[in-house]
Amino acid sequence: MKIIEVQYLHKRFNGFVAVDSISFSVEKGEFFGLLGPNGAGKTTTIRMLYGFLPPSQGSIRIFGMDITRDWRKIKARIGVCQQDNTLDPDLTVAQNLYVFAGYFSVPKKEASSRGKELLDFFALSHKKNAKVMDLSGGMARRLILARALINQPDLLILDEPTTGLDPQSKHQVWEKLETLKEQGLTVLITTHNMDEASRLCDRLIIIDHGNILVEGSPQELIIRYAGKNVVEVEGPDQALRSYVSANHIEHDDLGRRMVLYSPEGSDLNHTVRDRFCTEKCIYRNSTLEDVFLRLTGRELRE
Amino acid sequence: MTHSAFLSWRFLKVWKRNLVVYRRIWKVNFITPLLEPLFYILAFGLGFSGLIGQVQYGGTELSYTEFIAPALIATAVMWNSFFETTYGSFVRMYYQKTFDAILATPLSLEEIIIAEIVWSATKAVGAAAIMLTVLALLGFIHLPQGILLIPMAFLGGLAFGAIGMFFTGIIPTIDMFNLPIFLFITPMFLLSGTFFPVSNLPQWVRPMALVFPLYHLTEMARWFSLGTKETGAVTSIGYLTLFFLFFAFLALKAMRKRIIR
Repeated sequence: MKIIEVQYLHKRFNGFVAVDSISFSVEKGEFFGLLGPNGAGKTTTIRMLYGFLPPSQGSIRIFGMDITRDWRKIKARIGVCQQDNTLDPDLTVAQNLYVFAGYFSVPKKEASSRGKELLDFFALSHKKNAKVMDLSGGMARRLILARALINQPDLLILDEPTTGLDPQSKHQVWEKLETLKEQGLTVLITTHNMDEASRLCDRLIIIDHGNILVEGSPQELIIRYAGKNVVEVEGPDQALRSYVSANHIEHDDLGRRMVLYSPEGSDLNHTVRDRFCTEKCIYRNSTLEDVFLRLTGRELRE
Repeated sequence: MTHSAFLSWRFLKVWKRNLVVYRRIWKVNFITPLLEPLFYILAFGLGFSGLIGQVQYGGTELSYTEFIAPALIATAVMWNSFFETTYGSFVRMYYQKTFDAILATPLSLEEIIIAEIVWSATKAVGAAAIMLTVLALLGFIHLPQGILLIPMAFLGGLAFGAIGMFFTGIIPTIDMFNLPIFLFITPMFLLSGTFFPVSNLPQWVRPMALVFPLYHLTEMARWFSLGTKETGAVTSIGYLTLFFLFFAFLALKAMRKRIIR
């Protein structure tokens, strides 16, 4: 059963095309990633999905309903964790959950028991009467997640849920998200963190300039676009360059550094080590980050 | 999609959020309306009135203190509601991103905006009720008809809350609220028959005063507390209602353009 079904979605702002006719769908129980550099159209797409922005063209169906017509029914069943800290600083930690439950018309008693449960789950019970301003970045992020779950959503939408967190907080958030995934929740996530995407996503798309570049599982994409292993050679010489082009080895030449992608079963590692490694060489597994950089380029975006 | 689909009773959820916040600092919220009338009565009524004597208003003679006491409630309604939907709403919308958070729930932007305006009117009612109590105890407001000041405060609060929200929808930065306050609120505060009767103004200025919503609010305040007036109550109630509807409509349009694009 399809939870999200996006067809030919298009968004323009005063002539600027932010999202250019993209289509994708998300199955029930799937953890789906939306990746792309800054300004690629991720947040715009997400905002259209939860009914914040109206699409210029195309259609969005969530739970089989049309977002422009049944927006209220859809929004009642999704939880959103926005990129900015949108916690209510005028309220305490617990009040943030209860007042939010009110927006979803959750009965008071029910809201109170769900609130307690969520504070417990996100290790925030000891902070329930604290002011939101006094929370650390990690705690604030966990509270935003808790708030996004207060309506017991069938779909969770996360816009960069771990940006700016320290490694401890980040891993804690990942563990919580994995628990939710095990419970069968459907999740759509945007992120710049490729470890996060590899670890959590069942399937993902990479978008740039408002278009979908690729779609697949992290493993599939890595094999397809970055091979099995990577060798990074610092200060590559002419001999290596000639060898690479003569043998048609997939590579990126960055001048001071060359990145070589070797498929499964290749002995490129040994060849480089024996013949071409003049300064420093790094031998490692291919990652989603390699795929991302190969597809979206290495220039700065902003 | 019709606009009616975006408006429902659910706006009360956002209204209630503001009430929860208000109750957290209710003591601070109570002090101003409690003390403000006392200061004014002390300064103008006792200090200033010796220079003035009686005021001719609506065919009767009033002491200066009697004359300004109801107007104090009208101006408090204006300040409370206008400040709530300008500075208050702007901070919630722009700095706290409270509206963004609510827009991820089954509420519409229209419901949020209407809730903010209704909330500003509620706050104005709260201030008016406290001032009413103080001024009635001092004998400046006749009861029971003075109770009608409460619904009047609500209507006035809606009118000023709506125009405040309209400014919030179009203003680029929070400092620029100085402009409507200096060009609209201050002249209105001074020239709406609050501190002297509009009939004292030169003939050519008078129609301007009649356009000010505060003039009509002050008129109603005097009518309900003293039983005297210059303009008909129906005209004033009608004017304030239309003023509210007109600016609520403009505020909704401006906010939709600002937030959703």
